[in-house]
Amino acid sequence: MVLNCRHVWDRISEYIDGSLSPEVRADVEHHLETCEICSAVLDSTRNVIILMADDRVFELPVDFSRRLHARLALAIAEEAPEQPADG
Amino acid sequence: MMMTDSSMGLVAGHPETELIASILAGERDRFHDLIRPYERRIYLTAFSVVKNEAEAEDIVQEAVLRAYRKLASFRGESKFGTWLTAITLNEARLRLRRSKSALTDSLDERTEDGAEVTPAVLTDWREVPLAALERGEIRLLLQEAIASLPETFREVVILRDMEEMNVSETAQALGISISLVKVRLHRARLMLQKILVPKLRAAIKPERRSRWRWPWS
Ligand SMILES: [Zn+2]
Repeated sequence: MVLNCRHVWDRISEYIDGSLSPEVRADVEHHLETCEICSAVLDSTRNVIILMADDRVFELPVDFSRRLHARLALAIAEEAPEQPADG
Repeated sequence: MMMTDSSMGLVAGHPETELIASILAGERDRFHDLIRPYERRIYLTAFSVVKNEAEAEDIVQEAVLRAYRKLASFRGESKFGTWLTAITLNEARLRLRRSKSALTDSLDERTEDGAEVTPAVLTDWREVPLAALERGEIRLLLQEAIASLPETFREVVILRDMEEMNVSETAQALGISISLVKVRLHRARLMLQKILVPKLRAAIKPERRSRWRWPWS
């Protein structure tokens, strides 16, 4: 099937995740070989995804973990997990 | 990279299964170790809903305590991390509904799973400017872009692309179908691309002759 640019954009997320069927993937790749626009969209989308995955984008609040475990320690000292309702 | 589909399910002999059994058998302190790998994920999960650091932290504490109390009801149909994520999400949504910000956030929902998103088309951007993340302004651009997404899209993109859960874990944690995860993820990624690519390009461009080399010109 010959895809136009819109078709390729609609599949770009699944293309990046590698979850397209082999036939559709081949069609997308065929289009990408000749279309600079879609190649640019693909590269930039992939780059945005890689940037988003970087832990520096959102950092945990300072001492977040220490406060969490301190609070948890209090609860653990006070109580055991509940017994399952259905025994 | 991020799109792995690791299947560390809850099977007998898996360290997490043993850890849970030992906690329920009385070694309660080991619950600290059980949640440690998921702290960042559940924080971002809470943040994806409330968009506020202090509130997200509070939600995480409540969710972790809840998970501790209810640990015996964890049956292992999903991974522990997915279960904990779902608990956090519930806690965050309850909190949001009770707070006044629910009013502004409901506006988001109009952008639901309807219209197509057209990506930004710019010339070559082949290298990833990861070094630029050292700059606070670049991190801020990314944070703002994520914050600007409708909540349902933000949840999916945070679990899937930032916390690198696979599609079925994301679906389980959110209580939606795999196909809906894919649709929302796709739209969210294109929205982010559309918002970010022009801004990142403009923000990073002045640097290209000094410290880094960028492929575009
Ligand atoms: Zn094209």
